Amino acid sequence: MTIREMQKVLDARFLYGEEMADLEAQFVFSSDMMSDVLAYGGKCSVLITGLCNPQVVRTAEMLDIICIIFVRGKMPDDNMLRLAMAKGIAVLATGHYMFTTCGMLYEHGLRGGA
Amino acid sequence: MGEVLNFRYTIDGDDFTRAGEASSSVKNKLKQLGLDSDVIRKVSIAMYEGEINMVIHADGGNITVSVTDSDITMVLSDTGPGIPDVEKAMQEGYSTARAEVRSLGFGAGMGLPNMKKYTDEMHIDTTIGKGTTITMKVHI
Repeated sequence: MTIREMQKVLDARFLYGEEMADLEAQFVFSSDMMSDVLAYGGKCSVLITGLCNPQVVRTAEMLDIICIIFVRGKMPDDNMLRLAMAKGIAVLATGHYMFTTCGMLYEHGLRGGA
Repeated sequence: MGEVLNFRYTIDGDDFTRAGEASSSVKNKLKQLGLDSDVIRKVSIAMYEGEINMVIHADGGNITVSVTDSDITMVLSDTGPGIPDVEKAMQEGYSTARAEVRSLGFGAGMGLPNMKKYTDEMHIDTTIGKGTTITMKVHI
């Protein structure tokens, strides 16, 4: 599934990285605990989270994640977006809750890393 | 390469938003050296967890990263409170982090276990009231 397809399915907004819309993802990790993302998300290239602080972008950077999806209407601030731009990580925001977001993407073929 | 490259960082203990900058810098440097992406990821994750720990528990500290042909060694030193029970601290899920730290997405009791998981060697030298030095090695 491409980032563009995820954006459409989730009715999400592109906050950064529309030029990366054609990149493909297969595995996704979802959590609000960044330590768990670091522990178990190694295979994943998309991070779904409702946590909204700069360490979300840092965590994504360490794992070579290509796209962060913020759920529950969470909006990263300018600092976070600047960091995502500097690291080349696409950022989407959706109003859906985390469970719904995961379910919608699962229905379209995305899987967890484990 | 044939020589040892050393990178040194001072970690600010007050600023959670800047935690991870040193790990990010090391990641970039290792990329420039053309190292294997799995090696880079292991080093980045282990160092990042250590850097976060320093900010959360020890009011900052110093990190030295040495790169040779055969391995990458990270030495993280702080003058924080020390770890009272290292065996417990190594258990997944055991955490002494404050509630506010957990609200920031850390303190799940995965930091030290993650550092061990992503490195080939790890040694903890800690003294209560004096500080902690953690040495981690990743083979190239």
